Amino acid sequence: MSHDHSLNPETMPQEPEKATLEGRNKFLGLWFFLGGETVLFASFFGTYLALRNSTAGGPASTDIFGLGLVFAMTMILLTSSLTSVYAMYHMKNNDFKKMMLWLGITGLLGISFLALEIYEFAHYIIDYEFTFRSSAFGSAFYTLVGFHGGHVLFGITWLIALMVRNAKRGLNLYNAPKFYTFSLYWHFIDVVWVFIFTVVYLMGRVG
Amino acid sequence: MTENTNTNHVDSFQKRKNKDEMKKQLISFALMIGFTIIAFIAVASDAMDQMFIVPLILILALVQVGFQFYYFMHMKDKGHEMPAAMIYGGVWAALLTIAALVLIVWW
Repeated sequence: MSHDHSLNPETMPQEPEKATLEGRNKFLGLWFFLGGETVLFASFFGTYLALRNSTAGGPASTDIFGLGLVFAMTMILLTSSLTSVYAMYHMKNNDFKKMMLWLGITGLLGISFLALEIYEFAHYIIDYEFTFRSSAFGSAFYTLVGFHGGHVLFGITWLIALMVRNAKRGLNLYNAPKFYTFSLYWHFIDVVWVFIFTVVYLMGRVG
Repeated sequence: MTENTNTNHVDSFQKRKNKDEMKKQLISFALMIGFTIIAFIAVASDAMDQMFIVPLILILALVQVGFQFYYFMHMKDKGHEMPAAMIYGGVWAALLTIAALVLIVWW
């Protein structure tokens, strides 16, 4: 079983995520994907910027956005970015248990972010009757922020699948790239959120 | 051959290097939190002119995203030429997209 042995070496290399050709390909492939995601989100941001004042008599951004909830969501997502950095730190030190622990914390923070976002949307819909069909502003807002929320949901599902699938395997050169690419994706979700809280919520409050 | 790899040791020099790297990550995290708080306070306090606040919070967002890419996602490290090319390619197309969509509406 020389194949297994090459994936479970005596000493782990410094960067286990890039030690195999498959790992390097996954690394490049995910960055390629993130380049495409940048353009995808840019078109949503462009649409939102173009339509954010087209309220059609419905609620405007200055009426509905509150800063408290958004601040809490921002802190949660930013902290979850740091916890996934910790997970990768333990991966490089070949400490599988601590890596799983920090990945678990990352997942919990992601779930609480998503819960707050669902609460926020429900609040807009029930208390302000601000829906996807209220106005062009409503459509652009829910498309942009909802698509980001969809990315968070996808990330959580990805993380749970990774953690369950590899729970008994321990860290090796086969699954290290999988954990590393997840952490890159998770950081990118936070990058998009930085622009959402700035462009949508903060600029929406300024007017 | 399914031996547990947890018994593998990482040499102490590498461990120290990882620890130094982690310290840098923590500093960038503290800075990112700081930028976020400044941006929220600038908007919540209503102390500044709108013409000044919008560029300020956009610059804070750009700096914060720079930390995210270069430190958290390791773009500052060796072997990240292709990732940088892909992301900057994406950013280039993103700027064109946003400019096009916004200009169509403004004029």
